[in-house]
Amino acid sequence: MSREAQVDITRLIAGALSIVTFSIVVLVVMPYFLTKSSTVPAKPAPYTSAQQTGRSVYIANGCIYCHSQQPRDPSIAPDQKRGWGRPSVPADYVHDQPHLLGTMRTGPDLFNIAVRQPSRDWHLGHLYQPRAYTAQSIMPAYPFLFDVKKGPAEPGERVVLLPPGTAPAGTRVVARAEAEALVDYLLSLDHTYPVRPPSSARGTP
Amino acid sequence: MSFTVGLLVVTFLASLAGLGLFIWSMASGLFGPESAASRVIFGAKEIGLAEEPAAENLGQQNELQETMNRTGHTGEFAVLTEAEVDERLAQDASGKWPVLLCIGFAVAWLVLASVFGLISSIKLHAPDWLADQAWLTFGRIRPAHLNAVGYGWCSLAAFGVSLWLMPRLLRTPLVGGKTAAAGATLWGLGVTAGVTAILTGYSTGLEWLEFPWQCDVPMVIGGTLMGVSLLRTLRNRTVEHLYVSVWYIAAGLLWLPILITVANWPGIHFGVQQAAMNWWYGHNVLGLWFTPIGLAAIYYFIPKVLGKPIHSYNLSLVGFWTLAFFYSQVGGHHLIGGPVPGWIISLSIVQSMMMLVPVTAVAINQHRTSWGHLGALRYSPTLRFVVIGGMMYTLASVQGSLEALRVVNTVTHFTHFTVAHAHLGLYGFFSMVMFGSIYFMLPRVLDWEWPSRGLITAHFWLVIGGFAIYFVGLSIGGWLQGRAMLDASRPFIDSVVITKPYLLVRTIGGSLMTLGHLVFALHVGLMLTRRGAARRGPTLLRTRSYTPSLPTVAIGGTVA
Repeated sequence: MSREAQVDITRLIAGALSIVTFSIVVLVVMPYFLTKSSTVPAKPAPYTSAQQTGRSVYIANGCIYCHSQQPRDPSIAPDQKRGWGRPSVPADYVHDQPHLLGTMRTGPDLFNIAVRQPSRDWHLGHLYQPRAYTAQSIMPAYPFLFDVKKGPAEPGERVVLLPPGTAPAGTRVVARAEAEALVDYLLSLDHTYPVRPPSSARGTP
Repeated sequence: MSFTVGLLVVTFLASLAGLGLFIWSMASGLFGPESAASRVIFGAKEIGLAEEPAAENLGQQNELQETMNRTGHTGEFAVLTEAEVDERLAQDASGKWPVLLCIGFAVAWLVLASVFGLISSIKLHAPDWLADQAWLTFGRIRPAHLNAVGYGWCSLAAFGVSLWLMPRLLRTPLVGGKTAAAGATLWGLGVTAGVTAILTGYSTGLEWLEFPWQCDVPMVIGGTLMGVSLLRTLRNRTVEHLYVSVWYIAAGLLWLPILITVANWPGIHFGVQQAAMNWWYGHNVLGLWFTPIGLAAIYYFIPKVLGKPIHSYNLSLVGFWTLAFFYSQVGGHHLIGGPVPGWIISLSIVQSMMMLVPVTAVAINQHRTSWGHLGALRYSPTLRFVVIGGMMYTLASVQGSLEALRVVNTVTHFTHFTVAHAHLGLYGFFSMVMFGSIYFMLPRVLDWEWPSRGLITAHFWLVIGGFAIYFVGLSIGGWLQGRAMLDASRPFIDSVVITKPYLLVRTIGGSLMTLGHLVFALHVGLMLTRRGAARRGPTLLRTRSYTPSLPTVAIGGTVA
C-alpha cells in the first residue's frame, strides 16, 4: 500500500466530507435558523384539524405535481394579474409541514384559490369532473373521492351540485369525507392579508 | 438589489480564487505524477488493445481493433500475462452475486418505472383514462415513476456498476461480497416499500423525498453496507495510484447516505427552510450521487474499450473537485422567484454557472480521448451508449447552467421544459451510460456472451429514437407553455391547450423508450437463464482454443 495513495484517500474523504458539510450548513442549517428565529405571525392562522386532513388528501393525491403555491413578484411574471395574489413571503409558510411550494404549473397556482373560487359546490363538482367546468382542462377527475348512488338523497347527505349531464342519469353524486376535507383545505388557501413588502433580499437577483 | 449584486460578485470571486488555488496546487505536482495514474486500469502491456465483451464475434472485435490501429494508434502492444488474466478473473468473479442482484433488481425496476412513466404521460392528454382507481391517479403514478427510476433503476444500476468496477480499479477482489449482497437486498426492499407507500397514498409530499422515512431506513443501511464493502476493498488495494473513477465512486458512496439521512430526518424541516432543504437534496442526489457514478463509468469504459489512457488525468481531478464543490450548492435555482432568501438564489445561480468548469473538464477529456476513434462506435455497443451518454452529460449540464439564468428561467420555470431537461440528465446521460456499462460488465460477470446482436441494436435505436422524439417534443411544448404563461393577455388555459400536441409526442417517444427497455430486459433475462449460444466459450478471456479468422486478437490469444 503506497503512501501516496494513502494520502489520496485521506484527502478524498476529508475533502468530500467538508464539501458536503459546507453545503448542509449553507442550504439547510442557515435557512433553519433564519426562519426559526422569526416570530410566528398572527396571519396565516394555523390549520384546523379538518383543513389539516384535507392537506393530507392534497399530498396523497399529488396535487403538488401540477399546482404551485408561490405567486411570484410582478417584476418576474404576471402572477398577480392572473389573480394568484401578492408575492408570497417566508412567514406565509410558517405552519406548512411539509411545504407545498411546488415546481410545476400544469395547472394554475393555488396559493389564493379560496379567493378566486370561494364556492364549496364549485370545488366539489370540479374535483368530480373538471371538464364539466373547463372543457379544455387536463386535470384528472377524482371519482374515487365520491360515491355515485341511485334514488333520493338520504338525510345528512351532501349531494354535489353538478352541471347537467355530468353524472349518469338517475344518480346522485355524494362527496366522501376525503373530498369534503380536501375542499376545506382549498378554501383555507387565502393569503391576501397584508405583509411587509418583501425586502430586496427576496429571491429575485 | 445592490446587496444581491454584491453577493453575486463576492461568491463568484471566491469560487474563482478557489479554483485558481486548486489548479496551482495541481500544477505544482501536489497530486503526483499523472501519467502513471491514468494507466492504472490497464495491464502492463495492455495499452493499445481494444476490448469489447459485447462484440458479437471475433470478427467484430478485430474490426474494432482495426479502427484503433488505423487511426495512428501505436498498435504496439502485447497482451495480459497469464498472471494478470487470473487476477482479473478473480476480481470479476469476486463481486458476482451482489452485482447480479443489483443489476437484476435494477432492470426489473426499469421496466416497472417505464410503465409508470408511460401511464403518467398518457394521462396528461387523456385525463379520464384509468381515473377510477386512486392508486392510478396521476398524482401518485407520476411520483411512483420518478422514485422507481431514481432509487430503483438508477441507484441499483449505480451500485452494481460500482461493485464491479472497484475491484478492477483497485486490482483486488471485492471484500465482503455477502455484506454487499445483503445491502443490495435491503435497498431493494426499501424501494419496494417506498413505491408501494406512494401508490397507496402515504407519500410525504416532498419531491424526490416522497418515501416515508421508515422506508428510507433500510435504504440507508443497505447503501452503507455496500459502501462499507467497497471501502474495505479500497483498503486492500494493490495499486499505487487511485484512478479517477475511484475518487468519484468512493465520494458518491460516502455522500449518498449523508444526503438521505439529513433530508429525511423526521420532524425538523418546515416551511421555507424545508423548501430550501428539499432542493438542496433534489439537486445533490443528482450531482453527488448519479453524476459521480456516471462519470466514473465514462472515465473507465471509454479508455478501456479503446485501449487508450484518458487524455489528461489531472484535468479529470479538477473536474472531480469542482463538481463536488459547485454542484453541491446549485439546488436553490429551483426556487428562483420563490419566497426564499435572495442569497440562496444568488449562490445557486453563481454555482450553476461555475458548473461549466467541471463540465468542460469532462467534455475535453472525453472528446480528446475518443476523438479519431468514433468509427469504433460501430463495433462496440458499450462505447456507443457510453460516448453518447457522455455527450448528453455535456448538453444537460450546459442546458442546466443556462436554465439557472433569470432570462431563461422566467420562461422555463414551472413548465414541461424542466421535465425534458431532467430526462436529458437522468436518461440521456446516466441511463445511457449504465446501459453501456451493463453491456460490458454482464458477459464478464456471467461468463456468458450476449445472445443476440440484433437485440442490442434494437434496444439502441428504440431508446435513442424514442428519447430524441421525447426530448425535442417536450422541450418545444414546455417553452411554448412558458411563453403563454408569461403573457398576461392570454388566459391561463392557453398555456395548457398549447402543450397538448407535444404531450402526445412525448407519449410516442416514451412508448418507444419503454419498448426498448422491454427488449433490453428480455435480453438480460435470456442471458441470466443462459439462453442462446455461448459463442466464444466462457467470455472472451481465453480464446486460445479458437482459430480466429483475423490475426489481430490471436497475438497471445488473450483479451481481457
